[in-house]
Amino acid sequence: MEITLRVDGQERRLVVDTRTSLLDALRERLGITSPKKGCDHGQCGACTVLLGGRRALSCLALAVAYEDAEIVTAAGLAEGGDLHPMQRSFIDHDALQCGYCTPGQIVSAVGMLAEAEAGWPSAVSADPDADEVVLDDAEIAERMSGNLCRCGAYVNIRPAIAEVARR
Amino acid sequence: MSVISHAVGTPLDRLDGPDKVKGAAVYAAEHPVDRPAYLYPLQATIAVGRVIALDTAAAGAEPDVLAVLTHRNAPRLASAHDAELAVLQSDEVAYRGQIIGGVIAETPETARHAAHLVRVTYAERAHDVALRPDRDDLYKPLNAAFFCRGGGELMDGSPADSAVGDVDAALAAAEVRLDATYTTPINHHNPMEPHTAVALWSDDELTVYCSTQGVTLSRDLLATVFGLDPRRVRVVCPHVGGAFGSKVYCHSYAVLAAMAAQIVHRPVKFALTRRQMFSLVGYRPATVQRIRLGADPGGRLTAIAHDVVVQTAKAKGYAEQVAVCTRCMYAAPHRRTTHRLAPLDLPVPTIMRAPGQAQGMFALESAMDEMAIACGLDPVEFRIRNEPGVDPETGRPFSSRHLVDCLRDGARRFGWDRRGPVSRARREGAWLVGTGVSASTHPSPRFAGNTTTIRAGPDGRHTVLIAAADLGTGTWTALTQIAADALGVTVDEVELRIGDTALPPASPAGGSAGIDSWGTSVVETAGRLRALIDSHHGGVVPPQGLEVTSDMPDNPDAAHYAMHSFGAQFAEVRVHADTGEVRVPRLLGVFDAGRVINPKTARSQLLGGMTMGLSMALHEQGVVDPRFGHVVNGDLAEYHIASHADVGSVEAYWVEAEDPHTNPMGSKGIGEVGIVGTAAAIANAVHHATGIRVRDLPITLDKLLRQPVVEE
Ligand code: FES
Ligand code: FES
Repeated sequence: MEITLRVDGQERRLVVDTRTSLLDALRERLGITSPKKGCDHGQCGACTVLLGGRRALSCLALAVAYEDAEIVTAAGLAEGGDLHPMQRSFIDHDALQCGYCTPGQIVSAVGMLAEAEAGWPSAVSADPDADEVVLDDAEIAERMSGNLCRCGAYVNIRPAIAEVARR
Repeated sequence: MSVISHAVGTPLDRLDGPDKVKGAAVYAAEHPVDRPAYLYPLQATIAVGRVIALDTAAAGAEPDVLAVLTHRNAPRLASAHDAELAVLQSDEVAYRGQIIGGVIAETPETARHAAHLVRVTYAERAHDVALRPDRDDLYKPLNAAFFCRGGGELMDGSPADSAVGDVDAALAAAEVRLDATYTTPINHHNPMEPHTAVALWSDDELTVYCSTQGVTLSRDLLATVFGLDPRRVRVVCPHVGGAFGSKVYCHSYAVLAAMAAQIVHRPVKFALTRRQMFSLVGYRPATVQRIRLGADPGGRLTAIAHDVVVQTAKAKGYAEQVAVCTRCMYAAPHRRTTHRLAPLDLPVPTIMRAPGQAQGMFALESAMDEMAIACGLDPVEFRIRNEPGVDPETGRPFSSRHLVDCLRDGARRFGWDRRGPVSRARREGAWLVGTGVSASTHPSPRFAGNTTTIRAGPDGRHTVLIAAADLGTGTWTALTQIAADALGVTVDEVELRIGDTALPPASPAGGSAGIDSWGTSVVETAGRLRALIDSHHGGVVPPQGLEVTSDMPDNPDAAHYAMHSFGAQFAEVRVHADTGEVRVPRLLGVFDAGRVINPKTARSQLLGGMTMGLSMALHEQGVVDPRFGHVVNGDLAEYHIASHADVGSVEAYWVEAEDPHTNPMGSKGIGEVGIVGTAAAIANAVHHATGIRVRDLPITLDKLLRQPVVEE
């Protein structure tokens, strides 16, 4: 079928199979390879994109269902070529090695900060009803645990996120 | 010659960082090719036997299917010598999951669907996948060096056995004795980027965009298999999404992709699924290790024996160097190491980050902890007391060895002196708290096969060409820094090109030898270039520019010194008294890795190794089902790797100590030493916390609950 996807502010027409995941539509049909495929099963977070501002695993989404959605990848976070503060912070903290999990980590972190801002509790929040979430290391670790990093950059990723959260 | 330092030693940000944070760095599957076809493999669903019938009619009749490849119609390879690469050359099945065919189609969805329509009939034979030390078919490895391409008995080229003095007599006479058996399971590398090959042919020339730790080695292997002049094969891989050893040796999937492209006359993309990686790209083999130690009452070792049974595959006798670490670690007049292989009907194992050292040092360093306790000594002090002056088995001096400094500095930073000697003595609420220590070591060799070309322009810019690899290791950055200093220019004036066989050849990124080897080659070439500019051009680069190519020189010191990186790792663990859950709030390592080229990326490498060590200690195990002969937990939900929430504080430091013998930079390997010893430090801390000695990785809570818990 022919559908339209809005990715990083651009409309793209493409033909997909009804079985095509949003991730494969982006990577294989549109050549948008910023979101990575690590598992295709929703188990690693490498394919994380923002769907209408919320983080989502594009390998678990069927492309045909996202005709009208606003899709943002890590490439789209860098507006006009300027890196997003989260991207800058990842470089400063050397929060990446091979870089394959990195776009997913960054998109996930941006989505996560918005969730915390909105007061969403996590499994380690002491008071689930608190209005404000204090993003300490344990909160960030819990909220980012859907994004695996086999290079083991975790102890650099969390300070990178914390620094942006403090701003 | 030596290098004057300006760039080397500075914590330069990763040069590939801006691309990687945007997702713009190009990995194997992402190279744009014209009208790619997609391949989905057929994999054997028996462990051993033959394919006797294949019904591909339904698959072939699917719209958009271009071809179904099986052993019946596959091109004959020029060389089927390497069982791992001899894809579809016979009807034999040597392990479950082996490639027995592939479907090539216009889209990935069609290829996958059609692959499931192929009906296969097998003649099955009995299989055997049980690793037991009492098997009657254990054998001493032979010609297993460098992936069984010849030479020495073990993968690293060293002999399978070693003996000094009379271990049995020394053990019998020892006043303090330990005899313990340690076991480690199959581990899977699981780099985040699945292995991928995109293959295309034009006029008998093969190009493969392949996720590889060494484009030159992959090219040479593919050239041999397809009977091509290596100059007609090009392998390209500027960025690797993690590898950890699984992308050094070229695997069957790359051969299959190239075959498929030959058949359909189009570029073919073959990206493995996560599950396929569990049978097609190698793994860390399981081990059973018996360690015997003897000591005098003063805590001086008199005897060390490390006897290893390690599994291999019947298809290919890969032989891991598990006890080699024990040959260089501690002084003792009587010593022995042995390796025996257990041939199983499983996929072919391969190197995985610190191959052999990771398992071997778990055993040795756990035993050292047990022995320290038996001798009534602090584990740090016990290690220092047994520090050798020279390499204990060869008598050669170490090129540099600062293990004692690492132990002392680490103990100070960690607050080791606050630790009581008694186990199960500290409790905070429901948590039992303990600390442990381990030493780390890894050889620091240089590999042959490196050539560099440097082009100097009249504008002061230099292009440095070598087919090296960056797996996340920081090569793009660190090698640029080395080149800048060697050329006497700034980092901005150097343009590095790596990851392409169109460039001069390079050894693979492996064995912790990458930067040390490529860096040596770059320094040598830069020296020649500068000498040429001075001698023939009056110290000025001529207007048309200048180009110099040079091979890496041999290291005359290699035969006279033992060259290793070292380290000391400290762990704090908390074990839940009721559930047995283990947490690791703190890991701290101090390393002796020679001169550090880039402190920022080097630290990340060490932290990453320690994090993977934590994962090895607590989570990782490929579980083989003996009935079917496959790893059952073949995805990231069931094969656990450490996630954010599993990893607490991890700190890595190093002693500032240039190595005078390894290479012109004075560096030693850092990619692997970080994972060595972590699991032992954690196991030792678990013992300190609970009084329970876990000698079988991973340390899962059942192993802590099965033990009778005595409240003290
Ligand atoms: S690729 Fe989507 S979660 Fe792993
Ligand atoms: S940077 Fe390699 S997987 Fe995270």
